[in-house]
Order: sequence, then structure tokens, then C-alpha cells
Amino acid sequence: MIGGSLWTVVLVAAVGCYLLKLAGLSVPAAWVEHPWVTRVVEFVPAALLAALVAVQAATSGPDLVVDGRLAGLAVAALALAVRAPFIVVLVLAGATGALVHALAG
Amino acid sequence: MSARTATLRDAVGLGLAVGLYGVAFGAAADAAGLDVWQALVLSALMFTGASQFALVGVLGAGGSGLAAIGSALLLGTRNTVYGVRLAPLLAPRGVLRRVGAAHWVIDETTAMAVAAPDRELGRLAFWVTGATIYVGWNLTTVLGALGASGLGGTAQAALDAVVPAAFLALLWPRLQRTSPEAVVQRRVAVGGAVVALLLTPVVPAGVQVVAAVVAVALAGRPRHEEAVR
Repeated sequence: MIGGSLWTVVLVAAVGCYLLKLAGLSVPAAWVEHPWVTRVVEFVPAALLAALVAVQAATSGPDLVVDGRLAGLAVAALALAVRAPFIVVLVLAGATGALVHALAG
Repeated sequence: MSARTATLRDAVGLGLAVGLYGVAFGAAADAAGLDVWQALVLSALMFTGASQFALVGVLGAGGSGLAAIGSALLLGTRNTVYGVRLAPLLAPRGVLRRVGAAHWVIDETTAMAVAAPDRELGRLAFWVTGATIYVGWNLTTVLGALGASGLGGTAQAALDAVVPAAFLALLWPRLQRTSPEAVVQRRVAVGGAVVALLLTPVVPAGVQVVAAVVAVALAGRPRHEEAVR
């Protein structure tokens, strides 16, 4: 993506996210606290974050690929399961990715 | 220790811990092709971690600007609900205070403010947590973005593996037993991942992430208590 449009994306998304926050403090609670609205909002992060995990770990453009990222993700999951601190999780995942890259040449 | 001291200690501690995520964000932004200034503007202006990660994640996967904005906004909707919960507690008087308070309505400040024993401490927790995270998050974003630029091949492979791990770490607490309806959260998460992978070969890059929001349907209808409340 060229520089100018990248700035547009950055600024539009930032302003949009800010307005979502401001709306919460400004609109009548009844507009937002509808059971269906809160139900959907409660589960949007799980769907999107899981999609991002999958796309970042196992795809390259339109292709599904298996490489060091997937190995790193598996190690990260193990580290999270034993409640390792965030920074340890990332370092282990990164080290795994680098190791696979080095071994695969 | 007084409740006030305990609130301050918890707020500052959480702020320092969250600051570490900023390094990962700065590195992810660099990997996605953003420069240091763009990464910093996101942390300073957008200031909501999951949306920031989603934006650079979609761009890094080759996605369009629209898909990147869409995923960031979808993840930003929960801050609207947080704002509704915080409004009676913060009761910001005047436009300026409301405009200022809104900028810091995020997961962590909401959790700290709502958990505080009374309203005054709730406000204190909100502002102190917000300030600590804001400073730490922006500083570490710059560190991460600068640190990641100019990495060689193997270090780049390490960074590529760090990004999905960071997303997993953001997702993880929502799937644990301590989270309300953890089983449903897991079902939705698996659904979102499957939808995204199935769509990857057939839609433009980034669109599969936004489309994964349909997995929310797996959560089913609102529970009875919610409908009554």
C-alpha cells in the first residue's frame, strides 16, 4: 500500500475507534444495553482475534501454509497454558520461528 | 495498606504489564509496513490494543485499507459498551472532560474502575490506569517499531512467529474457565478461525478476518438473565 493511503487508513480507523468510545459515554444507555447488542459485542473479540491468529499463523496471501509460525504458535499455546508471562510467551514463539527458519534453511 | 494505596498500586502494576504489549505492537506494525510515526499515531490516537493489532494484522496479510479499518472498528465496538457502563461512574461534566475521558475507555481501565470498592476509587483507578497505560503503551510502541526495523532474515522469521502468538495471548483470557461463558467463547473462537481459513483462498486478503464475525452466531441467543436485566 502506498504511503498516502496508508496514512488515510491509520487516521480514519483511529478517529472511528475514538468515536465508538465517545458514543458509549454520550448516548442513552438503553440504545446500547439491548440484550442482542451486548450479546454480539461480547463475542466479537473471540471471533476476530481467533481469525487473526489463524490468518497470521497459517496463511500467506491466498494460500494456506505450514511453517515456523505455526510451530511458534503451538509453543506459545503451551506457554500460555502453564501461565507464562506475556513476554516469555512472545520470546518462546519468536525463538521457535527463528529456529525453524534456520533449520529449514 | 489503605484502599487508595492498593488501588494505585494495582493500577500502576497493570499499566506496566500492559506496556509490554506495546513492544509487540510496534514490532507488528513495522512488520506490516508501517513506519514509526504511523505506529505511534495509532497508539496515541486509536489507543485500543486489539483494534491496533487487527489493523496492522490485516495490512500485514496484504489486506485492503477498508478491511483493515473494518476489523479495527468491529473490535472497537466493545469500548462503546464499556463507555455505557462507565458513564454513571465517571459522570464526566462538560464536553471537554467527556472528550478526554472517552479516549481512555478501554478493557483495562474499565476492569479496574468497575472492580474498585467505591465510586471515588473507581474514578481514581480509571484515571491512574489510563495514564500509566497511555504513557507506557506509546513509549514501548516506539521501542518495538524502532527495534524491529532493520532486522535480518532469521530475526524477521522470529518476528513473523511473534505476531500470531501476540494475538493468541490477547485471545487466551477470554477462553479460560474464569471468563464468563468460556465454553461459548471457545466455540465462537474456533468458528472464527475456521471461517477465516476457509475463506482465505477465495476472498481478497483481509476480508476473511472481517467475515469471521459471522461466527458470533454460534453464541446463540442472549441468556434469560440478560434479557430481563
